[in-house]
Amino acid sequence: MRHLSVFRLVVAATFLLVAVALAVPWARVPAISFLCFGLAALGLTVLMRAGQVSFGHAMYAAIGGYTVAFLARRFPGADALLLALAGVLASAVCGAVVSVFLSRYRGIFFGMLNLGISMVLVSLIGKLYTHTGGTDGLRFERPTMLGMTLSRGDFEIAMLVLVVVLALAALWLVQRYFDSAAGQLLAAIKTNETRLEYIGVSARRVLVQGYVVSAALVGLSGVLLALVQGLVTPEAGHWLRSGEYVFIAILGGSATAVGAFLGAAVFEIIKLTAAAYFTNAWQSLLGATLIAVLFFAPDGLMAARRARRKDVSS
Amino acid sequence: MSLPAPSLYGEPLLRTEGLTLKFGGITAADAIDFALQPGERLAVIGANGAGKTTFINICTGYIRPTHGKVFLAGRDITTLGPRQIARLGVGRSFQLPQLFQDHTVRQCLELGAVGRAGRASWFKPLAQSVDQKAVTEMLELVELQAHADERVTALPEGHRKLLDVAIALMLQPRLVIMDEPTSGVASEEKHAVMNTLMRALDERNVTSWFVEHDTDIVLKYATRVAAWIDGRIAADGKPEDVFADPVVRREVLGSK
Repeated sequence: MRHLSVFRLVVAATFLLVAVALAVPWARVPAISFLCFGLAALGLTVLMRAGQVSFGHAMYAAIGGYTVAFLARRFPGADALLLALAGVLASAVCGAVVSVFLSRYRGIFFGMLNLGISMVLVSLIGKLYTHTGGTDGLRFERPTMLGMTLSRGDFEIAMLVLVVVLALAALWLVQRYFDSAAGQLLAAIKTNETRLEYIGVSARRVLVQGYVVSAALVGLSGVLLALVQGLVTPEAGHWLRSGEYVFIAILGGSATAVGAFLGAAVFEIIKLTAAAYFTNAWQSLLGATLIAVLFFAPDGLMAARRARRKDVSS
Repeated sequence: MSLPAPSLYGEPLLRTEGLTLKFGGITAADAIDFALQPGERLAVIGANGAGKTTFINICTGYIRPTHGKVFLAGRDITTLGPRQIARLGVGRSFQLPQLFQDHTVRQCLELGAVGRAGRASWFKPLAQSVDQKAVTEMLELVELQAHADERVTALPEGHRKLLDVAIALMLQPRLVIMDEPTSGVASEEKHAVMNTLMRALDERNVTSWFVEHDTDIVLKYATRVAAWIDGRIAADGKPEDVFADPVVRREVLGSK
């Protein structure tokens, strides 16, 4: 019953989003950006299932984005889908390497080591001007999509479709992962790592798997944002961006995969509202929202919704 | 270094040689030579701080000893960790049950089955990726079938103790080591918990050792008793002999 209602919600929201974005051209980029933030927050949600938070995960968006930019400039004929695939792979591989070290740590050490690594990476990107374009970032020509050369407007529509399809696929696959045996082992890291070892399971190995999934998801979001903008800057990996991803993941909670997108929607609405009515106070509005969520729905918006339904039914 | 006396039964299931653990100025295990034969029900008694749990922690790989070796069925397991030792067939329960508190009773056992299988599906739901017959049999064996779908945080302590051992049994171990299986359980329920546990262990042909403070329980369920004093085994043998030992009576049982 619950799955059915979430399924309906997702289908309705998808139709609404696509319809609005097709009808209103200026809404396309915000719609893509919202879904990309949702994808990145979904990556953070995977780690939250294991009870871990990373304050540096935007680095994987930067790795994905810069991979796309490097390759697009080096191989001008490369297709957008190939570039995207390469970017996600690069993020996943970097995630695997980093997680081999970081999987020894938990809690605040895990979170801050991620932050440290991301700060080193972002400052390197800023300094290596000849290769990375420094703080101006790297621009690249609009690539072909499935071999077709598209105008700017058509490319945006194609990107919108691509992002919607990938977001839905990621949502479904990650929810399957959460419910699977592997995903339940990941959740067991949060509650009892000692027992996990005593049933013959390597908690580190389980965490490495989750970390690679999360790095790939954040990488995917960075790849898609870079492709739609034709530009990647060090901002993509900045710790403020990492903080936004954590913020969205906390808003949505780790109870279900769809929470990340709900959180991203709320985040986008707050940003749009603030831009229209409280131009100089948008961070206060974000802060107030975070405080309200932590007080009234500490397990996130999706968990709050489920808890209320449970109360009614019992 | 002296070797343990040759066994009449052949190779012991678990054996330690000169097992020593020192930290700070404390000797938590002092050159312990110990052997456990298949089929035994060993009760370990001793005052708090005598080194009973430390000995379990060393034998299950949680702590490395300063000196000495641990053998499981003749194989040196001294340098292995809890994960490898669990996979070799040693299950363990804890004084404070170590459960997965966001999961239900059934899911805890399913996770145990995943541990036993050694691989986890990324796509099939947990319940469908393990043998449900084995899970149901385990629920019946420890009499928790009525609580299968309850969250483990909602269980009374006696049930938590049973589940703690049942998770270990999902690994199909040869040996289960239980650290105070009845502590925290209401005194009138202690025998019920022990009855269920011992029947389950008998049915699965599992050798066991348990730490216990209650003399009645030790006398009723153990075939052998080892008394720990200050990191050493002060007396080891038949329950009635160990309880008659004057040192044990004075130091462990607190009587004159």
